[in-house]
Amino acid sequence: MIRAVRDAGLSALIALGLFAPLIGLVTENGDNGLVLRARPIAVAVVVGLVFLGRLLMLTRRRAITVPTLAGPSPAMLRAGSAVAPVLLMVALLLPLGGSRYYVDLATLVLTYIMLGWGLNVVVGLAGLLDLGYVAFYAVGAYSYALLATNFGLGFWTCLPLAGILAAFWGVLLGFPVLRLRGDYLAIVTLAFGEIIRIVLNNWVSLTNGPNGITGIPRPTLFGLRFSMDGGEGTFAGFFNMEPETIQRVIFLYYVILGLALITNWFTLRLRRTPLGRAWEALREDETACRSLGINVTNTKLTAFAIGAMFGGFAGAFFATRQAFISPESFTFIESATVLAIVVLGGLGSQLGVALAAIVMVGGLELLRSFLSFLADQMNSPFFAGIANELPLYRMLVFGLALVVVMVLRPRGMVSTRTPTVLLGGRA
Amino acid sequence: MLSVTGLTMRFGGLKAVDDLSFVAHAGDITAVIGPNGAGKTTAFNCITGFYKPSEGQITLAHANGQSFPLQRMPGHRIAARARVARTFQNIRLFAGMTVLENLLVAQHNVLMRASGFTLMAVLGLGAYRAAEGNGLDKARFWLDRIGLLDRADDPAGALPYGAQRRLEIARAMCIDPVLLCLDEPAAGLNPRETDGLNDLLRSIRGDGCTLLLIEHDMGVVMRISDHIIVLDHGKKIADGTPAEIRADPAVIAAYLGEGDEDEEEAAA
Repeated sequence: MIRAVRDAGLSALIALGLFAPLIGLVTENGDNGLVLRARPIAVAVVVGLVFLGRLLMLTRRRAITVPTLAGPSPAMLRAGSAVAPVLLMVALLLPLGGSRYYVDLATLVLTYIMLGWGLNVVVGLAGLLDLGYVAFYAVGAYSYALLATNFGLGFWTCLPLAGILAAFWGVLLGFPVLRLRGDYLAIVTLAFGEIIRIVLNNWVSLTNGPNGITGIPRPTLFGLRFSMDGGEGTFAGFFNMEPETIQRVIFLYYVILGLALITNWFTLRLRRTPLGRAWEALREDETACRSLGINVTNTKLTAFAIGAMFGGFAGAFFATRQAFISPESFTFIESATVLAIVVLGGLGSQLGVALAAIVMVGGLELLRSFLSFLADQMNSPFFAGIANELPLYRMLVFGLALVVVMVLRPRGMVSTRTPTVLLGGRA
Repeated sequence: MLSVTGLTMRFGGLKAVDDLSFVAHAGDITAVIGPNGAGKTTAFNCITGFYKPSEGQITLAHANGQSFPLQRMPGHRIAARARVARTFQNIRLFAGMTVLENLLVAQHNVLMRASGFTLMAVLGLGAYRAAEGNGLDKARFWLDRIGLLDRADDPAGALPYGAQRRLEIARAMCIDPVLLCLDEPAAGLNPRETDGLNDLLRSIRGDGCTLLLIEHDMGVVMRISDHIIVLDHGKKIADGTPAEIRADPAVIAAYLGEGDEDEEEAAA
């Protein structure tokens, strides 16, 4: 018991060190500039919580069953196989709810799912750690934006071009890094991502620099525009409907859903081709691949190219959805988020990536609105101080959740690998 | 037939292989033996393209008269074109993939040609389907031969050690090699597994494949080799049939020593 108290005290001390600056100090607008205000009570509450939590954990350790890493039970597998169809149904029917907020959020989530699936080819299947994936996202976005604003090409013409250009840059990046593995590869790809962003920022004559590109055209549905005038050649005019913004929002949602599903289908098929198997073999053992006559160079380059192509598609979609892009949208944090989605979901698992994107992108946003909702409910004067700040803690809660997931499931949310072929029948 | 002439491999000042010349005749099992650090694995890495030799020629002649200068070919071409397969001293399977997938990856080049730049395979078109069917048949044939048919869909890393050794040989055989190089295939096997390995290697020789073998287990070497080459400090010190090698005083002095006498008798 005494040991437990001492241990909990130590944890509380660490928490104090961590949270004293994080929570204990807050900046406020003073008379002349920002002033610092100390909040000792808030720190005391958090440190107390850590102390009690740790104490509880230590004294009741036996009661808590630590999840084992043995394979999933058959019941879990059966439940798992239902997840994908359910998710697909929800995704297809979501716009019928008619809430713009959720459709917008789902569009954002799907963009990240698509990026995650694209990066999954490079990191999950071929095992090449890429920290600069955002570069291809940027290439796709700028390809579409520049082609559309300079040459008046439409979205559907530019989409494949954006993919091809991104794939081209993928190969270009691939060549110098072919000999690198692991950490070294990660550093070079990280640099590549930054180079692309800095070039976009400084090549003002082409990209308009930090001011970005505005007025990027929206996609059309077989030539029908989604404009608010409702006249000839618009979606609303053709179907005799009142023109509403939500129509375009829902259309964009179905475009990214379609793109993401194509990405998924293509990747799942690729896994079962000789090329896909070679990627996975490369991840497992590059030397053995060479001894079997596999051209390691080409195999790596195709992984870079195909992963980059999907990133390019997602980028083109991002540009057309936002109608405005600037280098600020393509910072390292985007690469990190997408990589976190892939790792959290489980390297190589398509379903895991989708789940992780929903949790990471959608969950963060839902957490924010939940905390705002909670803050609204706390009208009593007692909570007045903390209520306004509650949404600001979402990153803290979120980080904690990520740590918990990685502790409980170190190989990601979905860590089972489906064989690409079975002897008895088709996989 | 594999002929090695004047093979030298230098690492800085060290000559790991020094002016090595030998011939491995087609359809023979040729064993390369020698104490640890004698340069056996280095010579193997030169033959299979993992190292570029500092000097010397390595020529592999196929039965149809085609001949390949291995020292000038890039690593993956040696396997793909010259059809030299190898296994590794420390097993290198694709541990996370299934046993069957391991054997399909080995047929990569054949399947890749049939897959029409992968597009046909993605769409699952006829010509590729047929090629994949053939690939599966070949994998099934080898699984049956090494007794792992019932483990086909298990991850390769989950197999027992002896089975992993056999699977690595089967995987190498799936590239249809003319020359199969085995780096200590009997290491870590129990006597029963070693007997099974001997039978497997003999049957592979029976199919007309040339075998080159590094091995420390004299039981295996003496029983199945047609021809033995002994290396010490990177140089060849003896070359002959098992009986000749056993009687060679230089070999006994350098390698076999006094203590291995009873093992020799057991082999004889």
